[in-house]
Amino acid sequence: MANTHRERPLSPHLQVYRPLINMVMSIVHRVTGVALYVGTLLLAWWLAALASGPAYFGYVADIFGSIPGRIVLLGYTWALMHHMLGGLRHFIWDTGRGYDLTTVDRLSWGTIVGSLALTGAIWFVALR
Amino acid sequence: MAKNFRTPLKKVRHLGSAKEGVDHFIMQRMTGLANAVLAAFLVWLVASLAGADHSAAKTLTANPFVAMGLLLLVVSGTMHMRLGMQTIIEDYVHNEGPKLAALALNTFFAILVALACVFSILKLNFGA
Repeated sequence: MANTHRERPLSPHLQVYRPLINMVMSIVHRVTGVALYVGTLLLAWWLAALASGPAYFGYVADIFGSIPGRIVLLGYTWALMHHMLGGLRHFIWDTGRGYDLTTVDRLSWGTIVGSLALTGAIWFVALR
Repeated sequence: MAKNFRTPLKKVRHLGSAKEGVDHFIMQRMTGLANAVLAAFLVWLVASLAGADHSAAKTLTANPFVAMGLLLLVVSGTMHMRLGMQTIIEDYVHNEGPKLAALALNTFFAILVALACVFSILKLNFGA
């Protein structure tokens, strides 16, 4: 029975496809979702620090205001904007519209370009 | 093994759909819609608080409208992220034991984050 454990064909998966923008945006939507999931700890930490008093709040505010802290917050801003735009794109698809390939590509590019633009705009206003 | 006298119908009864499948889909979208609006509020709040000291941050978050916005954001956000992580777990964790453990941890994490945030917001408004 040499052939019993012969490799059976699998359905095509990630590694056999050339990356397409809609596929990449779908993956990034999930990844940013996970990032925001963990990132809620930052909001909880900041609120708890604020509620606990000036001394601890100053300590936490210094961490958030440091260069590594700002990089994390910049990443959090982008993840939030990207996940939000991705969600709005899914709302369009939920109505049954926008499934032709041209529109799918436009919506996908719009998600990444829009998320970067919104992140830039927010940080420009915040640091002004 | 003793002979099993149960009929095939008896074996499958009550093992069908729990009739709650659409609940997850609808809640994910309702909280997502709320989050899209509340994200604008969060961006405004964080931008207003950039570089604020403890007393300024406390005064702003002790405003009833800001506090209610934060509470809405925390509740809607943690519900949304729990449903999203549930989908991810169900996609990738196929063994029943680890899957149930991961789903339980997911729920505990979401509730813990929500409670920490809600407690802090209430303390900022009603506490000393």
